[in-house]
Amino acid sequence: MKKVLVLGATSAIAQATCRLLAARGAALHLVGRNATQLEAVAKDLSVRGARVSTRVQELNELSSHEELVSHADTVLGGMDGVLLAHGLLGRQPESERSWDAAQEVLTTNFMGPASLLTHVANLLEERRAGMIVVISSVAGDRGRQSNYVYGSSKGGLNVFLQGLRNRLARSNVAVVTVKPGFVDTPMTAHLPKNALFASPEKVAKGILRAMDARRDEIYVPGFWRLIMFAVRSIPEGVFKRMKL
Amino acid sequence: MKSLESWGRYPRVKPGTQRVLPFSWRTERLPSVEEGESLLPYGKGRSYGDGCLNVGHALLPTTGLDRFIEFDPSTGLLTCEAGVSLEDILRLVVWQGWFLPVTPGTKFVTVGGAIANDVHGKNHHAAGTFGRYVRRFELLRSDGTRRECSPTENADWFAATIGGLGLTGLITWARIQLVRMHNPFILQETVPFGGLEEFFQLNRESERDFEYTVAWIDCLARGRKLGRGLYYRGNPAPPQWETLPLVRSHLTRGGGLAVPFNLPSFTLNRLTVSAFNFLYYHRQRGRPSTRLVHYDPFFYPLDSVHAWNRIYGRRGFLQFQCVVPLAEAGGGAMEEILARIARSGMASFLAVLKTFGSLESPGLLSFPRPGVTLALDFAFQGSRTLALFSDLERMTREAGGAVYPAKDACMTPESFAAAYPALPRFRDFVDPAFSSSFWRRVAGPSASLSSSVPSVA
Repeated sequence: MKKVLVLGATSAIAQATCRLLAARGAALHLVGRNATQLEAVAKDLSVRGARVSTRVQELNELSSHEELVSHADTVLGGMDGVLLAHGLLGRQPESERSWDAAQEVLTTNFMGPASLLTHVANLLEERRAGMIVVISSVAGDRGRQSNYVYGSSKGGLNVFLQGLRNRLARSNVAVVTVKPGFVDTPMTAHLPKNALFASPEKVAKGILRAMDARRDEIYVPGFWRLIMFAVRSIPEGVFKRMKL
Repeated sequence: MKSLESWGRYPRVKPGTQRVLPFSWRTERLPSVEEGESLLPYGKGRSYGDGCLNVGHALLPTTGLDRFIEFDPSTGLLTCEAGVSLEDILRLVVWQGWFLPVTPGTKFVTVGGAIANDVHGKNHHAAGTFGRYVRRFELLRSDGTRRECSPTENADWFAATIGGLGLTGLITWARIQLVRMHNPFILQETVPFGGLEEFFQLNRESERDFEYTVAWIDCLARGRKLGRGLYYRGNPAPPQWETLPLVRSHLTRGGGLAVPFNLPSFTLNRLTVSAFNFLYYHRQRGRPSTRLVHYDPFFYPLDSVHAWNRIYGRRGFLQFQCVVPLAEAGGGAMEEILARIARSGMASFLAVLKTFGSLESPGLLSFPRPGVTLALDFAFQGSRTLALFSDLERMTREAGGAVYPAKDACMTPESFAAAYPALPRFRDFVDPAFSSSFWRRVAGPSASLSSSVPSVA
């Protein structure tokens, strides 16, 4: 990917991935909602070798998406890739008490990305080239009592991406689903850290490898594939009594 | 959760005794602290003792403050956030023909840490300290004020913050003047010497013609062999080497080696250490030699072994680094210090000896000053080690020298005050909401925010 639209560019994983793309001299159109943070990220990436443009945008405003995507395409001079990295972890107990809180999680992680990728897919499909890289989560692999609102938003996203991959395969557009486990980022700053946590840099390296190999779906770090296989293998009758 | 430690892992930190408040955006306000609680910026944790610890209080890790802001390859002026590491800088600038003006023995330190400890390197006699190349930085205080400091603007804050051990507030970004480097190689000569006297003679000759000088001494050799060692001196390789593949060579070599867990304490004992030192000395077979080395193994020999501090096991280790004035050193103070160390039989692999030049350090509390500096590690062995350190500290003080806060875990308030005469002036610049375990130990009762707060155990 040489001309990339980056959605949620101030997220820790997006920053780390963009640094690797910058070292390759990529053009990056950065979208985020906080202007000063976006400016800090843009300067950094430009020192590191990227050609950078920015746009301040609240991505939950779905009506802005069509124009956002076509504008990015113009600025980049024909985008050949998208890195979608914005997301909201939310708090499960709050999402249970308040539908507004749950809806914000679902909109940020599912509705918004689905809307954005619809416009992106139509553009790339017509061009018959490009790549869509989406940061999802292992949490989408199975619904659990401790975070099923977040999990279902990511699970829905995963299925959406499966379908999109299937549709775009004949148009030479790759769709890469990235499923990180715990990553040491501001999103998880409140959680106690343990050996399962990976750094954003490590996750970014995994993402770049997957992009270069045009992989369909990756777990980063790779051991999460085994963990989630085990979690998915537990019969529902047993699983529903567990506290995961 | 793994607690944030210092590099020597002494004093040991109990999990959960330091609140961690990450700080990732330079435009934000500092996080608020609880009543009686203080903050301390934490970079890569490469201070050896308790200078980067704040037990019973809060740490402000600057890991997320790792963005570049501006780099001009035509002037070598670099502006970056304070959590950017020297390694990050080298990766960005070496292939563009620039290098750090001053670098310590590890590249795994942040720019903020390099300023806060006013670090030095093998070119101190020619270039002075890191702080001399800092053109400007922003200081964020707990009251929300921001000051841009330079040698001419807010010059008093500039001088207090360089070498200020992170106590004057948070450095959010800094501007550094880099130096030209035409290729990433150093032409290095190694010359064996038989004792301190020979060292001083060799050193006088070498400092004229070599930009980088440092000596390794065998701290277990006693009697006639006291102070024997190897003298390393080098210069940037001349331009004929410029045709070598520059672009790839900034990459770190030998990144594969690591110490994955704490080694049992019997790994290091008098026998293994003296065997190592014997082999290391005799590898040279008494002959000087010259070779071309990449800057990475030249400046950062230990960086290729990740987490090498674990070879000292769970109890950790202490590093002793002092500087004593040349007249005193020549007059026997350094010899006495070395003899005391040799007698203890507790020294580790490498002791490093170097002279500091007369270029002035810009910080109120900067450690480098004209004289000879000695640095070496000791595995922590309880009261024996502490007794040795107390002796070494007293000998240093009597010689009119100073102990390096970045390495220290033992110094008394009296020694600190004696070696750092600007201390009373410095106190005025300490942020009321900032403190450290080191500061509460050496600066006396006025360093504590409140007497009810437990200090480091």
